[in-house]
Amino acid sequence: MPVTRMASMARQSLARPAPPGVARRRVSLGSIYGRRGALYLMLVPAAVLLIVFGVYPLWGVSIAFVRYNPVAGLAGSPWVGLAHFKEVFRRGVMAGLLRNTLLISSGKILLGELAGLAFALLVREVGWRPYRQLVQTVATIPQFFSWVIMGALMLSILGSSGGVNDLLVWLGLGKVKFLTDKNIFPFVLVLSDVWKEFGWSSVIYLAALTQIDPHLVEAAAVDGAGRGARLWLIELPIVVPTFVFLVVLGFGYILDAGFEQVLVLYNPTVYQTGDILDTYVYRMGLVNFKFEIATVVGVFKCVVGFVTILIANWVSGKVAGQRMF
Amino acid sequence: MVRESSLKYVIVDIVIYLLLALILLSTALPFAHEIAISFSGRAPVRAKSVGLWPQEFTLDNYAAAMARKQFARALAISCLRVIVAVPATLLVAVLTAYPLAFERFQLPGRRGFLMALILINLVQVGLIPRYLSYKNLGLIDNPAVLILPTLLTTFNTILVINYFRGVPFDLVEAAMIDGASHWQVLSQVMVPMSTPVLATICLFTFVRHWNAWFDGVVYLRNASNWPLQSYLYTVLSTTELSSEYSGYRYSGRWPNVSGDGVGAAMVLFAVLPVLIIYPLLQRYFVSGINLGAVKG
Repeated sequence: MPVTRMASMARQSLARPAPPGVARRRVSLGSIYGRRGALYLMLVPAAVLLIVFGVYPLWGVSIAFVRYNPVAGLAGSPWVGLAHFKEVFRRGVMAGLLRNTLLISSGKILLGELAGLAFALLVREVGWRPYRQLVQTVATIPQFFSWVIMGALMLSILGSSGGVNDLLVWLGLGKVKFLTDKNIFPFVLVLSDVWKEFGWSSVIYLAALTQIDPHLVEAAAVDGAGRGARLWLIELPIVVPTFVFLVVLGFGYILDAGFEQVLVLYNPTVYQTGDILDTYVYRMGLVNFKFEIATVVGVFKCVVGFVTILIANWVSGKVAGQRMF
Repeated sequence: MVRESSLKYVIVDIVIYLLLALILLSTALPFAHEIAISFSGRAPVRAKSVGLWPQEFTLDNYAAAMARKQFARALAISCLRVIVAVPATLLVAVLTAYPLAFERFQLPGRRGFLMALILINLVQVGLIPRYLSYKNLGLIDNPAVLILPTLLTTFNTILVINYFRGVPFDLVEAAMIDGASHWQVLSQVMVPMSTPVLATICLFTFVRHWNAWFDGVVYLRNASNWPLQSYLYTVLSTTELSSEYSGYRYSGRWPNVSGDGVGAAMVLFAVLPVLIIYPLLQRYFVSGINLGAVKG
């Protein structure tokens, strides 16, 4: 870790008095704490950004309670109370959206964490280092590519003449309409997400597994513990709490079912099973310009999402002994 | 007995190696296929006969991609975006973290500010309120919208705060007794001692901005201001390229290219910077995650 002259000077000055001949301005500790102007000045950019991009947009939430008139603006639009909320819930759109969101999301959370955990345990068993690094490196890369890129890839391998269908035909099975069959599409969403993220998910499990004392493993081996025993008695007890923690936290964000992924991969033939809260908000609001309806769904998501995060945080404190904040 | 168990061990080993090989291939093959297409000529791509190796090898797909004005422009905008956003984000994170890091500064309002930062992060205002507020702020159709809203992130700030807290406060105090101002302590003690966490933030901010596409599509109506990934989103999800290059009687400037080929070349352009910095990323992300897990 590079330490500058200033830092090493500071450290030295703790140890011994100033070398003779070096003039020093001595400052009392009291005046250190007195100099708060600079500290507040440092916080100015953050304060401005927090207000402009964190607090100010909150005001726009009121669009869910008015009949929006773009010319008159928000303040000039007539107040209608909960009329839009009633309309959204009466139309029965919410039920479908919520079902899709919850199903896709829970699939991703559970399968994703399981895949990361399993991959971490598998990779650990590999004794040959170059192979282990290769597998880990390649598996983690897709996480750093956008869904635009991964979506293009998915379209080309899952299309009717793509590699996966070629394989299915070669195996004597029929072709599958992965992206246009509404019964299959949610599985495509879940599995492609797991495929993109499992390498990344495994990183945290691998980090947890490095805590295991090698002497413990050796001692267990001397006592006759094989692979299975090591897995059950040493490794799983280490990673299961992490797994529980991550799953619980994941459920805190359950209303985020992967907006960008769905937007890239879906199409009108799969709206019935693939449309999630976020994509509906986007289509209603910025494609159809039904601002009020879109905001109602957005507000619902915001409020419920806030509560689920708090609940998840509390539950993870109880169950896994760790909290996010 | 020992023999038998070691035989079993080897068999399990083989199964694990094969299983991982399958996983490896499932990730690598789609990319290999995309690379092969990007280097293949028009006929084999259109006949869908390209597998994992280029056929009728050509670089025309790349040349044709670069020759598209809007693609070249989007690429330049993405580069510019990253060049501006990464240092700016880092600066905001460092400036915000320092006053909030040390309880011993006894800064009134410190805890409140931290709470506000965390609380705002939990309230995800929907897309429409956000859009309307940007409109009022004059950010719609303004390229600054790509950078300003994510300059301050709770995650970055907490990450840096946690790292700063690991620096002995005695160093700060000693430097100040020697007459250093807060600015000097920050820039000459804290920042140099925090390079790992700052590097982590740089890399992740780079990836985030390089990959962002939705903000461009939504907030910039003028498509000539779009960054690369926003442009790719529209190009790859429509038949624009294939209808342009693969028309029946296509006899334009690039006789040997295909829509899919040019698309694949563009994808690889978009992927390359991430691949280049990936080894650096890999070195830092484990420690980054560990840092983030420390309670704030």
